[in-house]
This record gives sequence, structure tokens and C-alpha cells, in this order.
Amino acid sequence: MTIGLGHYLAVAATLFTLGILGIFLNRKNVIVILMSIELILLAVNINLVAFSSFLHDIVGQIFALLVLTVAAAEAAIGLAVLVVYFRNRGSIAVEDINMMKG
Amino acid sequence: MNFTPAGYSLLPVVPEIVLAVGAMLLLMLGAYRGQRVTSLVVALAVCLLILTGALELWLPAGKLVTFGGSFVVDSYARFLKVLALVGSATTLLLSLEFLGDQSRRIFEYAILILISTTGMMVLISAGDLIMLYLGLELMSLALYVVAASNRDNVKSTEAGLKYFVLGALSSGMLLYGMSLIYGFTGTVGFAGIAAAAKSGSIGVAFGIVFLLAGLCFKVSAVPFHMWTPDVYEGAPTPVTAFFASAPKVAAMAVFVRVALTAFPNIVHEWQQIVVFVSIASMALGSFAAIGQRNIKRLMAYSSIGHMGFALVGLAAGTAEGVQGVVLYLAIYVAMTLGSFAVILTMKRNGQPTEQVSDFAGLSRTNPVLAFFFAMLLFSLAGVPPLAGFFAKFYVFTAAIKAGLFTLSVIGVLTSVVGAFYYLNIVKVMYFDEPAGAVDPMRVELRTVLAVAGIFNLLFVAYPGPLVSAATAAAKSLF
Repeated sequence: MTIGLGHYLAVAATLFTLGILGIFLNRKNVIVILMSIELILLAVNINLVAFSSFLHDIVGQIFALLVLTVAAAEAAIGLAVLVVYFRNRGSIAVEDINMMKG
Repeated sequence: MNFTPAGYSLLPVVPEIVLAVGAMLLLMLGAYRGQRVTSLVVALAVCLLILTGALELWLPAGKLVTFGGSFVVDSYARFLKVLALVGSATTLLLSLEFLGDQSRRIFEYAILILISTTGMMVLISAGDLIMLYLGLELMSLALYVVAASNRDNVKSTEAGLKYFVLGALSSGMLLYGMSLIYGFTGTVGFAGIAAAAKSGSIGVAFGIVFLLAGLCFKVSAVPFHMWTPDVYEGAPTPVTAFFASAPKVAAMAVFVRVALTAFPNIVHEWQQIVVFVSIASMALGSFAAIGQRNIKRLMAYSSIGHMGFALVGLAAGTAEGVQGVVLYLAIYVAMTLGSFAVILTMKRNGQPTEQVSDFAGLSRTNPVLAFFFAMLLFSLAGVPPLAGFFAKFYVFTAAIKAGLFTLSVIGVLTSVVGAFYYLNIVKVMYFDEPAGAVDPMRVELRTVLAVAGIFNLLFVAYPGPLVSAATAAAKSLF
């Protein structure tokens, strides 16, 4: 069996779905959410690189590199906000993020 | 050797370069001189934003394209960039009191707003998916930090955290959509996508759904609005004013540009989505705000509703509709910033008050303030002859000409429901027993309120300049 574009897209779609589920079904802590976000961005990168390779077009790979860079910045900011939150609240459990409702 | 080949001129990006370099210089100033220079940094930041706006208008007229088509400066971009810059500069003025507090002299606040504004300008000028993504992230990453800028306050940090998690999720969805669109059209440029996107391609259709989901989140349209009330309530009030103005302009600008320049040949595929999102936002913005007692949460639902009204113009998909959206954004920014100037004034003994009941009897203790706020509320509700009425008038006219009768009727009905909670505040101000005098109004808040109020009242007399600028902006997209 040759591995075609469809297989790559299926893997990426699976990872993407896992990432989304990880955010919504997660009852534990915010770190898991950060990991799920990384999973989503990696799924996108698999998509981009697979398309780039099958289209013989370099733009997709450049896009993937830019996504990697921004993902690093995003993770840094996410952790920084998380640390500030932890100092105030003393917890990063998802069910404790409930000061505001309505 | 020539390092700038044809199509890669730096001229169109001069305003962005000036803004970005200026922000970094101000960061250096703050880093070396410490928190003492906070007010100097804020003043210089406002000057920098004005300079950037002037440079934007100084650029040669007509459509300028650079970086191989990924950066576009046309009348549409110019109009909305100037609007976003006005929003950011006004927010900085509104923040002076917040930053004056001894414990919160954070000069980084002004730098973050400048960086976020740079992101907005890139976003508004985006001509391909990569530029769109980079602009959006530059804007959002700074916004996550600004939301948590009151870092000893648990509500503010919770707002930052919620905004970050949901924002990152939405940019993930946006990117997934972009990757599908890239894969099934073979290009990232809007013009190339427009040429390649064929009706009936399931991949492109999926991509559009994910892309629009990500953009709906940024304009806080239903069903991706969940973050808005919490973030608006938790963030410091000047930050809330910022969230409600400039980022909304930039996100809506790119929403319209993507829909109309990348997918002009498959309008029916995104039009249904926009119509649904628009109806849902208008309905939720009207009904959910009725029960709110906190004025910041109320403004959050109000902004959800207003984004729904602006999307009516996009749903029409015509030059007239775009003109409506552009005008709506301009008038919305004026109304919102004016209202936030009032909300920021509502302090008793130095303590900010955020409940609707705190406005009780304002007409007796502070008649001028109450009059201006009442006018702004009437305008937000869309009562003629104030500016807010014309904003709605233009989008609904465009929708009716495009044959979207159901959408228009629902829109008008929800705007009647929405009038209830705006008029309720007017009733509280004019007919309830006074709840005590408020602190004197600061001069910068007074200026912002006066300009916004006078714009609102006089728009009916001199609509010409703004309307013709909006018409030119809309034409440049087609």
C-alpha cells in the first residue's frame, strides 16, 4: 500500500479532533489545555507540509515554519498568564476558573 | 545588486515599520528609565499613533501592493487603519487614570497596545493567508497580556487566561481552515484563491467553515462569543474599552476582505454562514443583555449585537453592503468609546462602580454627563436622528437591495428588543432616586465624551465626508 495524501490528512484530522476534545473534555488542569493547543497546531503543520509536498509548492512549508514560531510565542504567553493566575488563585484546576459567570 | 525586486517595495509598509520601531524604542525608554516615565511613554505612544495615521494618509493614493501581493494598501485599508489607530489612541487617553495609580504604573501597557495596533494594521492590509495569520496573532498575543495587565487581581488574570485559551483554540481552527484552503486551491494569496476556488469543492467548503469560525471568534459573533462577557467584565475597564473598539474594527475588516476578495465566486457557500451568525448575534446581543446588572457585561452583549448588525452588510455581499459595514464600524467605535468614557467616570470616593443601579439619578447630580450618556445610549439603540440610526440604516438598505428580507426583518425586530436595555439605563439615570454624587470627571475623559457625543449628534447634519470616504473604501474592494 502506498501512503498517499489522504493518509496524511486523516492523521492530521485525527490529531486536530483529539486536540479539540482535549480542550473540551478536560476536567483536570490548564496545562493539559496548553498541550491540546499544541496538538492542534501540529495537526495543522502536518496538513501544510503534506499539501506542500504533494502540490510541489514551497509556500506550505514556509507557512509551517511560521506557525511553529508563532506557536512557541503563544505557549510562552500562555504559561506567563497561567503563572500570574496561579499566584492569585493558588490553583490551575479547570473547575476553579469560575470567578465570573452569567 | 538590488535587494528590492519589483513587487517588493517597502513604501506601503512605512507606517507599520514606523509604528513597530517606535514601539521598540519606547520599550527601551521604559526599560532604562523605569516606571517613573510611564506617563511620558503613554504620551509618546499617542503621538506615535497620530504620526502613523498621518503617514498612512501620506502614502500615494490608489492601490499599493507589495511583498508579492501579500500586503495591500487600498482606500478600504486606509479608512479602517485610521479608524483602528483612532481607537487605540483614544484608549490610551482613557487609560491615563488607570496607569496613574501608584501600584499600577506599568509602561508596558502602552507598548503592548502599540504592538497590538501594529498587528491590526497588518491584519487590515493582509493580502494572503500567511499575512492574515501573522497579523491576527500579533494582535491577539498582545491582547491576552493586556487583559491580564492588572496582575494582582484574580478577575483580571482569569479574564486573561480565559481569553488566551479560547483565543488559541480559535486561531487553531482558523489555521486548520487555512491549511485546507491552501491544499485544495494550491495557493495562499487571496487573488489566487479567488481564481482557483470552484463551487462544490468539499475541501474548500470545509476550509471556509473553519476559517470563518476563527474569524467569528475574533469579532465575538455567536456561536463563538462565550469569552466576551467574562473577558469584558474581568479586564480593567480601559482594556475593555480597547477590546470593544480597535480589535473589533481590524477583525471585521479582515472578515470582509477575506470573504469578498478570496471567495467572490462562491458567495453562496459563505453567505448562509454569515446570515446565520448575524441573526444569532443580533438575537443573543438583544435578549441576553436584558438580565445583566453589570454595565461591562452589558456592553459585552451590546458589542456582540452590534457585530451582528455589521455582519448584515457583509451578508449582502455588495459594494453597498461593505460601505454599510465600514460606516457601521466608524459609528460603533465613536459610540462605544464615548460610553466607556462615561463608565470610567463612574467612581464614588475613588472606587469604580460597575452596576447599572449606580447610574441612578445621574441626571440630577450630573446633568451634562447624563445628557451625553443618554444620547450615546439612544444612538446605540438606533434612534433617529442620531448616528447609530444611520449605521443601521445603511446596512439594512444594502441587505434589502440584495434580497435578504428575512435577515432585515429579524434585524429590525432584534434592534427593537435591544432598545429595551439601553432605554432602561436612561430610565435609571433620569427617574430613579440619586445614588450619591460621582467624582469629578477627568479632563481627558471629558474630551473623549464631548467629541464622541458631538459626532453622534451632528452626524445627521454633516454625513458627507464620512459617507463618501466609506463609499470609496467599499469600491476599492470590488
